[in-house]
Amino acid sequence: MIGILASVIDGILIGAVYGLAAMGLTLIWGVMNVINLAHGAIVVVGMFVLYMLVSALGLPAYGAVPVMIVLGFVIGIGLYWIGVHRMIGRPELMSLLSTFALNMVLIGLGTAWWTTSPYNVQVNMPSVSWRGYTFTGTHITAAALAVVIAGLLYLLLYHTRIGKAVRAVATNREAAELCGIPTTQVLAMAFGLGVALAGVSGTLIATMFPFTVLSGEAYQLKSFVVTVLGGLGNPAGALMGGIALGLIEGLATPFMPVSWIPIVEFGLFVFCLIAFPRGIFSFTKA
Amino acid sequence: MWRRPFLWFIVAAALVYALYPYFTDDVGMRESLLLAAVYIILASNLNLMIGYAGYVNFGNIVFFGLGGYICLYLVTALHWHVIPAALTGGAAVSALALLFGLGILRLRGAFFALATIGVNQAIQQLVVNFEPWGGATGIYLSLDAYGPLGGPMQALWTTYLMIVAVTTASLLASYAIRHSKFGLGLLAIGQNEDAASVLGVPTPRYKAMVYSASAFLPAVAGGLYFFKSGIIEPSSAFNLQTSIEAIVMVMLGGSGTILGPALGAFLYEELRGFLLTAQSFSQFQLVIAGALLLLIVQFVPGGLLGWVHQRWPRTRRWLE
Repeated sequence: MIGILASVIDGILIGAVYGLAAMGLTLIWGVMNVINLAHGAIVVVGMFVLYMLVSALGLPAYGAVPVMIVLGFVIGIGLYWIGVHRMIGRPELMSLLSTFALNMVLIGLGTAWWTTSPYNVQVNMPSVSWRGYTFTGTHITAAALAVVIAGLLYLLLYHTRIGKAVRAVATNREAAELCGIPTTQVLAMAFGLGVALAGVSGTLIATMFPFTVLSGEAYQLKSFVVTVLGGLGNPAGALMGGIALGLIEGLATPFMPVSWIPIVEFGLFVFCLIAFPRGIFSFTKA
Repeated sequence: MWRRPFLWFIVAAALVYALYPYFTDDVGMRESLLLAAVYIILASNLNLMIGYAGYVNFGNIVFFGLGGYICLYLVTALHWHVIPAALTGGAAVSALALLFGLGILRLRGAFFALATIGVNQAIQQLVVNFEPWGGATGIYLSLDAYGPLGGPMQALWTTYLMIVAVTTASLLASYAIRHSKFGLGLLAIGQNEDAASVLGVPTPRYKAMVYSASAFLPAVAGGLYFFKSGIIEPSSAFNLQTSIEAIVMVMLGGSGTILGPALGAFLYEELRGFLLTAQSFSQFQLVIAGALLLLIVQFVPGGLLGWVHQRWPRTRRWLE
């Protein structure tokens, strides 16, 4: 019984990081109705930024977190102008294809550079033991940082003028433009924020697990599951969706072979899309 | 409909395509053309979804893979002949797609696109865990399996001809659908689904039907292709990247046209072959494909044929 509890707690810790990744995806969807299929590639960028900073420059692992937030923001604004700006307001097919093209380019460059062999960053954090069960220090720290970053995003969105502008553009872009909000800049900034969130969650994931250039796809799919659980375009729901996914993974692990867990996840994903297209945790009516 | 010169053009092109490597006896050429033919099948059936109905199916490869699995299972375990096995695979996958389509096609636009990714991954994971189909290692054919076709050497030629026949059938089906009431309904859905529904197009039924129709020939082709390869495994049968490449092909040639996706598939396969063999590019194949897609989507959303149509409007009448 306690074994299951320990596995559930660990699932929740990891789930908070999934939630952070999904917040990036859902923020971009909410503001500009674009599903960012380069999401997984950006998670991988975050992983390799950690690897480069720690192994090449010798920075402490968690020092990479603020670096990645800034870098991710800059990369995001760059990607917005390269691939997303011309897609705003056009059929969804176009922005899906365009962000997927960005994904292919990023993954292709990464494969050429780092190949597809696994990488690992050794992070030393003291673990917490309780009744013979150990909770890994890196998991606890990553979850705590994820919650802190999510809180900062909340403050930014709901307690600053910039956040108000982002929310205004998300609600009605034309009306926001009429009120004098430079909507194009706001869109670019929101995309930058979304990418920064995805990237930093990649950095946090890399402190916990080994990774390859191709790991992004799995985390991208997890982010989809989470956003669908939490409701697309709903950042608070994303965090809860992430924790729910972690909980499900934690609950399922003791009872079934590991190779069956993706089936549960994708089954849940398709089921939720059909049954609850607005998300389980979305309380507002669209 | 046989009065249209365009149809005779398709049949003539298919005959040249089928017979050229046969008479020159060029095995390398045959392999390259076979791969191009498989891509044409994938792209041209995907075009029914993307180009006609306006729905992006990211998991279109699932039809190809499942068709391959069913066919190889029937050939190895039940000792069927490959032709009925491939056709049964096609029919089974098509029926499955119809059932499934009624569920996931309730989703619109981006939600549907996401669900198709989920479906592909879920089925891949199911197959990995499905022991009768060999789990993660897949199914191997022994050389005896090629006996009914006159030995392995002859079987390679026969499957080549069969795949070209499926390719031709794909193009003809694209044409027939495009010029039917069903096709017009699909095009209306692609332009504005709500308006189409108000005007009396039975949108849910048509969408499920086109989803199912676009599954049949790729599944048959999957059966033939994996029979020819002699091996099928989950990671190659449900490769999401091939799915995406099929989308690139459709967009490159021109979505919504009949010849466009085929042209795009052929060009893309030639380009890929060139990039893979050229030393300095082989690592950057994915980057180049991505950059190509980005440029098409941003600057020529109509693809090659769309661009020709725009530049010379008269070509619309005979180049479809």
